Amino acid sequence: MLLTLKRAVVVTVLLWIILAFGFTFVMVGLGQVFFPYQANGSIVTLKGRTIAARHVGQNFGNTLQYFWGRPSATVSLTTGKREPDNALNSGASNYGPTNALLLQDIRRRIHHYLNTTPGLSIHQIPVSLVASSGSGLDPDITVASALIQVPRVAKYTGLSQSRLRQLVLSKVLPPDLGLFGPARINVVLLNVALYQLLHPQSPAE
Amino acid sequence: MSISTMATWVVVIGGLLILCKPMGIYLYRVFTFQPTVLDRPLRPVENGIFRLLHVTRDSNMSAVEYGLAFVLTNMVWGIMAYTLLRIQGILPFNPEHFGNLNAGLSFNTAASFVTNTNWQAYSGENTMSYFSQFAVLQFLQFVTPASGAAAGLAFVRGLSGRQLGNFFVDLTLVLTRVLLPLSILFGLAFVALGVPDTLAPYLHVHTLAGQTQIIPRGPIAGWEAIEHLGQNGGGFTGANSANPLENPSALTNILQSIAMGLVPVAFFYMFGLFTGRKRLAWTLIAVAGTIFLAMLAMIYFPEMAGNPIINALGLSGHANMVGKELRFGMGGTSIFETSTMAFTTGSVVSAHDSFLPIPSLAMFLGMFLNMVFGGKGVGLLNMLMFVILTIFLMGLMVGRTPEFLGKKIEAKEVSLTSVAFLLHPLLILVGTALAVAIPAGIAGVFNPGPHGLSEVLYGFTSAAANNGSAMGGLGASLPFYEVALGIVVILGRYASIMAMLLVAESLLQKKAVPQTSGTMRTDTPLFWGVLLGSIVILNALTFFPVMALGPLAEHYLLMAHHVFG
Repeated sequence: MLLTLKRAVVVTVLLWIILAFGFTFVMVGLGQVFFPYQANGSIVTLKGRTIAARHVGQNFGNTLQYFWGRPSATVSLTTGKREPDNALNSGASNYGPTNALLLQDIRRRIHHYLNTTPGLSIHQIPVSLVASSGSGLDPDITVASALIQVPRVAKYTGLSQSRLRQLVLSKVLPPDLGLFGPARINVVLLNVALYQLLHPQSPAE
Repeated sequence: MSISTMATWVVVIGGLLILCKPMGIYLYRVFTFQPTVLDRPLRPVENGIFRLLHVTRDSNMSAVEYGLAFVLTNMVWGIMAYTLLRIQGILPFNPEHFGNLNAGLSFNTAASFVTNTNWQAYSGENTMSYFSQFAVLQFLQFVTPASGAAAGLAFVRGLSGRQLGNFFVDLTLVLTRVLLPLSILFGLAFVALGVPDTLAPYLHVHTLAGQTQIIPRGPIAGWEAIEHLGQNGGGFTGANSANPLENPSALTNILQSIAMGLVPVAFFYMFGLFTGRKRLAWTLIAVAGTIFLAMLAMIYFPEMAGNPIINALGLSGHANMVGKELRFGMGGTSIFETSTMAFTTGSVVSAHDSFLPIPSLAMFLGMFLNMVFGGKGVGLLNMLMFVILTIFLMGLMVGRTPEFLGKKIEAKEVSLTSVAFLLHPLLILVGTALAVAIPAGIAGVFNPGPHGLSEVLYGFTSAAANNGSAMGGLGASLPFYEVALGIVVILGRYASIMAMLLVAESLLQKKAVPQTSGTMRTDTPLFWGVLLGSIVILNALTFFPVMALGPLAEHYLLMAHHVFG
């Protein structure tokens, strides 16, 4: 028994060196050498400022001139209150399918869209645009979800609806390898393109 | 069904089927000590380890010695993890300056990671330093599945009439020959496809909307690889693989689904090679595969049809997108969730609390059975437990002494197998009953109505099955759940493994009886049907009552548009 315990300790130390440190440092090293952009978080910059990580959704719901992403149910770490797209506390609403609060949330979001978007009717709103995501950081919306927001964005930016529709369609990401997952629009990248349209001469990376 | 869904399913399921044979042959060669491709670079390293341990490749242990080595080594890891989490604040690689963990959370986390459950009562991105992530939790995600696989290997050796082998040799070889090389390959693919892998601090960005967003980073890509290859399921962040930082695209989602199943399915084939009964292995793969497909259908179709209460609002589209991410599509989401419940990984790409009742039922099914391929080694162990029970039942029906692999199944084996089988519902049902009977347990319920019972039941089932996923609303960080679930994960893991090791040894010591025309065949479609039927009946008898109170009650109330406020 004592011998077995000694072996257990020795094997733990040896494996710890290989797997905890060796593996991690080799992987970080390979990532930094071969895929530095991805390994550092796929950073998006605009005029030299870091404005986003490509894959992480952001909250545009406090503005009217930008496209909005999917609802986020993340909460503040300190107050426990809703704080959309809080990347430090990823998570979902966890409302079950028969929970009245779920229905209340969805109704509120539908009304918000109907109140802010000229000429919008409820049967045009995709269900994914009013259902909160799994991580609270979903960066994507469906193409239809972007197109129904065009009248609002046009109203508050002064750009024409046809120009905006063209912008949306130019930003459609096809399924991976043309086959896997849905066609979708990354809201952060769409809004960067919108910003550039409004502020010419601001190259993004 | 869309082309995207079909393509996703074909790639994952087809990939696992195609890889199962070559991978199974490779495993068989490694664990019978035959020459394999990685001998040249790895043998010197392994020999160094064995020399320091004073063991040789061909040394053997008895079932009790093997079990003791397994438990003692796990204990060392548990103490080490607990200690390092308690003093996290003074350790290096902590750019965000996270403090020490308290005793309850440290115990729960150490117990859950050491047992390969990876239940998480915390969110990694705001609790764990990089050191705790890679040197404690990621380390455990390597070694604990390897020790489970070692126990499975000993069991297979015993059944095939070989000596059980040496725990330390098996542990080392599972890591050097299987998990480490695969983790490097998958990890590189994940970085290339957009998963961060860095030791740099969190990223502060200034958004176009005029806000500041802090984005966690860390050595995530390597973590994702072993998290899934080891059927661990502990997420780097709270949202686990739903988080775009961990799983940024439909492709990474497919790779993570394949990573989960790669070794467990191959383990079944390896069992066929060890025992010289490949047809039996394919029969078992067919049984588990049938249940896998049933679960996939039970998750996909109801979720596509959506929540009738929400659909009554008249929105565009029907699918239940609550708690789901867009980029995987429903096809990708459902194959991932089926895999995580079948292979007992416990990683998630969506919020399990927000699934409809019938898909929840499929998730429960995966954890109740715990043998739909299961974790590598342990899943096979559970499958063979059902095989032995089925053979025993069949023997009773025709009035013959039951045999399996040429050995008589007698009172001792059946008793031990029954203990292993009954332990699982005992932990789940007693734990849940206790939790809903006392205020400390009720306090953790988040959703009203029958769904609340499902949340508690899910917690105990996940702990007993060493799955680790959760219906996220449950107050898992309450002291009651930290302690109760910590105890359940430990009992669920070690007691059943120990019982099955004793079964293997008992069979090993018996004389083989020759196969005759009267011997019951275990490699025919008939046996597939009988085994599947026994599994369904045994589990339905055990779990139907509580399912009726939870998901089934919720289903009928949902159909009647009943809302709980």
